[in-house]
Amino acid sequence: MIKQTVVVNNGSGLHARPATLVVKEASKFESDVTFISGTAEVNAKSIMGIMALGAKQGQSINVKVEGNDEEEAMKAIIALFQSNFGEA
Amino acid sequence: MLKGIGASPGIAIGKIFLIEQEELKIECKAINDNHIEKEIKRLKSALVKSREQIQEIREKASTEQRNILEAHIMILEDPELVKTVETKIQSEKINSEAALQTTLEMFVAIFEAMEDEYMKERAADIRDVGQRLLMNLLGKEQLNLKNLKEPVILVARDITPSDTAQMDPEKVMGFLTDIGGRTSHSAIMARSMEIPAVVGLGRITEKIKTGDFVILDGETGQVYINPEEKLVDLYNEAKEKELAVKRGLRALINRETISKDGKKVELGCNIGNPNDAEKAHENGAEGIGLYRTEFLYMDRSDLPSEEEQFSAYKKVLEIMGDRPVVIRTLDVGGDKELPYLQLPREMNPFLGYRAIRICLDQKEIFKTQLRALLRASTYGNLKIMYPMISSVEEVRSANTVLEEVKEELERENIAYSKDIEVGIMIEIPAAAIISDLLAKEVDFFSIGTNDLIQYTTAVDRMNEKISHLYNPFNPAVLRLIQQVIVNGHRAGIWVGMCGEVAGDKRLIPILLGMGLDEFSMSAGNLLPARRQIHGLIYEEMKNISEKVLEMSTAEEIQQFLTEATSQ
Repeated sequence: MIKQTVVVNNGSGLHARPATLVVKEASKFESDVTFISGTAEVNAKSIMGIMALGAKQGQSINVKVEGNDEEEAMKAIIALFQSNFGEA
Repeated sequence: MLKGIGASPGIAIGKIFLIEQEELKIECKAINDNHIEKEIKRLKSALVKSREQIQEIREKASTEQRNILEAHIMILEDPELVKTVETKIQSEKINSEAALQTTLEMFVAIFEAMEDEYMKERAADIRDVGQRLLMNLLGKEQLNLKNLKEPVILVARDITPSDTAQMDPEKVMGFLTDIGGRTSHSAIMARSMEIPAVVGLGRITEKIKTGDFVILDGETGQVYINPEEKLVDLYNEAKEKELAVKRGLRALINRETISKDGKKVELGCNIGNPNDAEKAHENGAEGIGLYRTEFLYMDRSDLPSEEEQFSAYKKVLEIMGDRPVVIRTLDVGGDKELPYLQLPREMNPFLGYRAIRICLDQKEIFKTQLRALLRASTYGNLKIMYPMISSVEEVRSANTVLEEVKEELERENIAYSKDIEVGIMIEIPAAAIISDLLAKEVDFFSIGTNDLIQYTTAVDRMNEKISHLYNPFNPAVLRLIQQVIVNGHRAGIWVGMCGEVAGDKRLIPILLGMGLDEFSMSAGNLLPARRQIHGLIYEEMKNISEKVLEMSTAEEIQQFLTEATSQ
């Protein structure tokens, strides 16, 4: 299992489009991907989970990945956050 | 009289059709251990069926609706939703309907409790998907709006995306809903379908029944149920006036765009996807002046394949027949980023790594697009346009890649049209200034005013503090436009415009006067623009534009134009 912290930098937070991108990216991998923020813990392959997390700009999220392809999955998720989901 | 929120302008008068969103009565039944598996199976097959139904609706839907319906599919496929329902069936030993119902309620409650208006609206999406799933579990038929016999005004608690996606706009004169605001799905769709609508009426579904007669004013938000005859007459008159204007415009669909004194121009449409081409067609577009291909690349996690691009381009070309279709090669960067390209963040993205600069650097991406374009070229009248050109070298480099791709196709014996015009966007001042040199390299220019204004005046149009400086009447901008047109014509090439200015009724007269050959705008502006040009005298506009180009300030120009061109 690996863990890393990411920060939501894009203006709109984990809204519809970024949330969709997270789910699509996470679903490409076999590993379980979990986002933890405060007391909330959600499955990153769940659109409703990610949206319900309601992460806003500036919020940090603990990403936990567990499974056979955990390293690749973590890399992909981090790249997605670093790209700011394509927002300026 | 009831008053709600006017969500989409226009008057509708007629019989209503009440969509009774059946309160599904879900019975909670205890089940035996040996039925658990069967219940889960039922749930799974309802999921599959619902997915198929949404897919089917999605195929015929507009882009906007497709995005929403894609989100619906994601909700259906949400592993948490399925897992929660399954666990409930197993641990509480209840039927799948009841397990699903309580799970949905839980999710809806989470979203409804959120502060963010946008997130609150998502509760409606979950309800829409949930209702479909429950109906399928119960083996009930889904409401089908395709089969409405006569035109009606729809009344519902809310109009859902799956409702709008399958609606026949000919049979729906208007909507009235209990809930929603100006930004809710129902309102957005009503505007895009140009159907009058009033939303947020509270409890209209309880005050009205199928067959009642209503007047709906989408401008003011007023609704009259079974009104007096006098009022109906009054509104009929207002509606007639409204229709006369629309009909006058509709009559122009197949007409040429020609000034009073016989100067002919071409009216093109700006589109973002193949479905928009239908709309362009319906609004009398004489061509596609700008097909923004970047939408093919956005909202996804990898690059679109050659096949995918080919079929999108082919579709647009086929819809437009022999009319010209200008397809702009990939224009990302700036405010449009693609996460999967993993481009680094930039201090000044608008002055950065974008559009043709990316394409000339990452040639494989560019080549895939050019291959798809060339292959599609045999299906219609294709013209290729490069964005963000700032030098002659860039045009030559891009053309070299195009030649390479043509050679590849020839080696593979794949056909492409031999007379494809290649042009460039003029949106960087550098390109406008050397437009005499660029004109020798290409077959046409299309002036992109949005960026041209921004770059010429050094004004970020998204920055509210300085947005007043972003002004198309700026003399510097108008002089550049004039210069580009003159240089293009001297070299014998045509010059078009695909920025917002091209559809701006305040500027159309002088653009005509300057000799612009092609005006490309959004579908809704086409017919009004054609009517406007029919009423203009080119020779007069030529004089006016010459005068304008001598003026010192944007204000002076704007004021002069208002007076000189008021008809």
